[in-house]
Amino acid sequence: MKKLLLLLGLAAFTATIASAQMLINGAGATFPFPIYSKWFNEYAKVDPSVRFNYQSIGSGGGQKQILSETVDFGASDGPMSDENLAKAPRALWHIPTVAGADVISYNLPGNPKLKLDGPTVADVFLGKITNWNDPRIAGQNKGVSLPNQDIIVVHRSDGSGTTYIFTDYLSSVSPEWASKVGKNTSVEWPVGLGGKGNEGVSGQIKQAPGAMGYIELAYAKQNKLPYADMKNSSGNYISPSIDSVTAALATAKIPDDFRFSMVNPPGPEAYPIAGTTWLLVYAQQKDAAKGKKLVEFLKWAYTDGEKMASSLDYAPLPENVQARVLKRIGEIKY
Amino acid sequence: MSPLPRPTTPGAGILPVSPRWPDRSFRWLALLAALSIVALIVLVGWELYAGAALAVKKFGVGFLGSSDWNPVTDKYGALPFIFGTLVSSVIALLIAVPLGVATALFLTEMAPVRMRQPVITVIEMLAAVPSVIFGLWGVFVLVPWLRDHVFQWFKHTLGFLPLFKGPIYGPSMLAAGVVVAIMILPIITSVSREILRSVPNLQREAAYALGATHWEVIRIAVLSYARRGLFGAAVLGLGRALGETMAVTMVIGNRPDISASLFAPGYTLASVVANEFTEATTDVYLSALFELGLVLVALTIVINAIAQLMLRTLAGPGSGKVM
Repeated sequence: MKKLLLLLGLAAFTATIASAQMLINGAGATFPFPIYSKWFNEYAKVDPSVRFNYQSIGSGGGQKQILSETVDFGASDGPMSDENLAKAPRALWHIPTVAGADVISYNLPGNPKLKLDGPTVADVFLGKITNWNDPRIAGQNKGVSLPNQDIIVVHRSDGSGTTYIFTDYLSSVSPEWASKVGKNTSVEWPVGLGGKGNEGVSGQIKQAPGAMGYIELAYAKQNKLPYADMKNSSGNYISPSIDSVTAALATAKIPDDFRFSMVNPPGPEAYPIAGTTWLLVYAQQKDAAKGKKLVEFLKWAYTDGEKMASSLDYAPLPENVQARVLKRIGEIKY
Repeated sequence: MSPLPRPTTPGAGILPVSPRWPDRSFRWLALLAALSIVALIVLVGWELYAGAALAVKKFGVGFLGSSDWNPVTDKYGALPFIFGTLVSSVIALLIAVPLGVATALFLTEMAPVRMRQPVITVIEMLAAVPSVIFGLWGVFVLVPWLRDHVFQWFKHTLGFLPLFKGPIYGPSMLAAGVVVAIMILPIITSVSREILRSVPNLQREAAYALGATHWEVIRIAVLSYARRGLFGAAVLGLGRALGETMAVTMVIGNRPDISASLFAPGYTLASVVANEFTEATTDVYLSALFELGLVLVALTIVINAIAQLMLRTLAGPGSGKVM
């Protein structure tokens, strides 16, 4: 195994030398990996002199590696904590790239379209609502026959950005959730079974009648799973889609350091359980040549790259946010 | 013609004496190989300890007895994971050892010779199936079947026992035990078979000569002779069960609870490390995961030590030993 890695490394090394390509390394979040790898592939046609190597090792690893500067850029599904950010040797910027959403999926006879609001979902995940015919679920779904069946709660067992978005949302709609559980890439779940990855959660939902769980929108759409319309802060039930996530982005309050949460934003068309993912880039680049190429790439990503997002079921940033991010990218020094 | 080499040992005159260096260098090479394994284990242990130092300092011995696992408040404890690891492994052993030993007995004592090789091949193929495949098969085939049939039967007939009380979800400690049992079956079966094969035929013939039936021969002459070795086979299986990760994660339900019911979901040490390592962002969190790894290594060493002690007291007739 080690030998094989060594050989591969050697092959990669000689290939780099042979073509005199610049190699820019990045590592981190797994959630945006499909869109990032598409960007890097497409960008190779735009600028053949630079090659990107992105390792989707998880947000924890991404934050660690950019802090120790073993990579040129990091990526994270959750914003870095103040504590971690303080460890950076100099200013480290969050650059939001695309947004995704979580959907509430379930397994009921006939899989009817359900409508749910945040406090109800929070109480299901707190273990306070345990039956599908609970008046709080039935009250929102007049005309749907809900079975007298226990709700089997399913959540992610692995740490993930999907969980961060979901627990961030529950914390914003339920004070009890915020104080008892809180938000993180993994939390101490009051009830339920854990499944590994979107496929693990959806597998358990499919297998267990009466199950309810959260999965990533892109995964749910590609696998045609049933999901609920969620009540947003304007009182409308909104179906999750690229458009309703972009609508959420447009009305979310975004501070200047871009470490923002976009759950439950005010817009009437906004889907409430959404979140963004970030690249982590130093404001002052160490290597001038690499820094220049990285900035060029980022500028390309926010103009041409964003257009590819929706084909992979990610929501692109709305134009007002793109303009702010582009301005910030222009301030990166090298 | 050069003169004949001087005879150093009797018979040396027949072969030309080879130079000594291949002997020596091979000896050094072999020593190096053996030492590198020791060094590797020491390094792994050291790295785990270094990674876990922060959590060890912060939580102390309380880490082992605490049921907290809260990445939000950064409070961690290992107890539910230790419990889950031990219980799922014990269930797996309880299923796999009788099955494995019985299969081995059938193959060595009863099966027609022409049937042996095909069965052995199939068992060895079972060992080659990757862990994740067992997990997928567990999620989509085994667990629903267990939930709808086997678990229901247990609940109806033995439901008065706390072991079989409570709601049935499907993914559970018992489901994990069954999947791990299937995974450790090949190693238990093949080691048991080797041990039973090593029982001298004299043993069997002597028992037959005394007028024993086939079953009595197996019981008196074979099983009691081989019991030390069979115990060793079980320990090898246990070693694998303790560290099994992927398939267990997929069917155990990943819930850090301690429950008397086997229908309740659980969580194991190896699973939680595999699940949470990539997204662990705070230092204490990462360190606590390292400490879980350390606990798993320690647990394996302690269990093996206990097994060695038990083996010593288990000196049976003949003490047929493989371990």
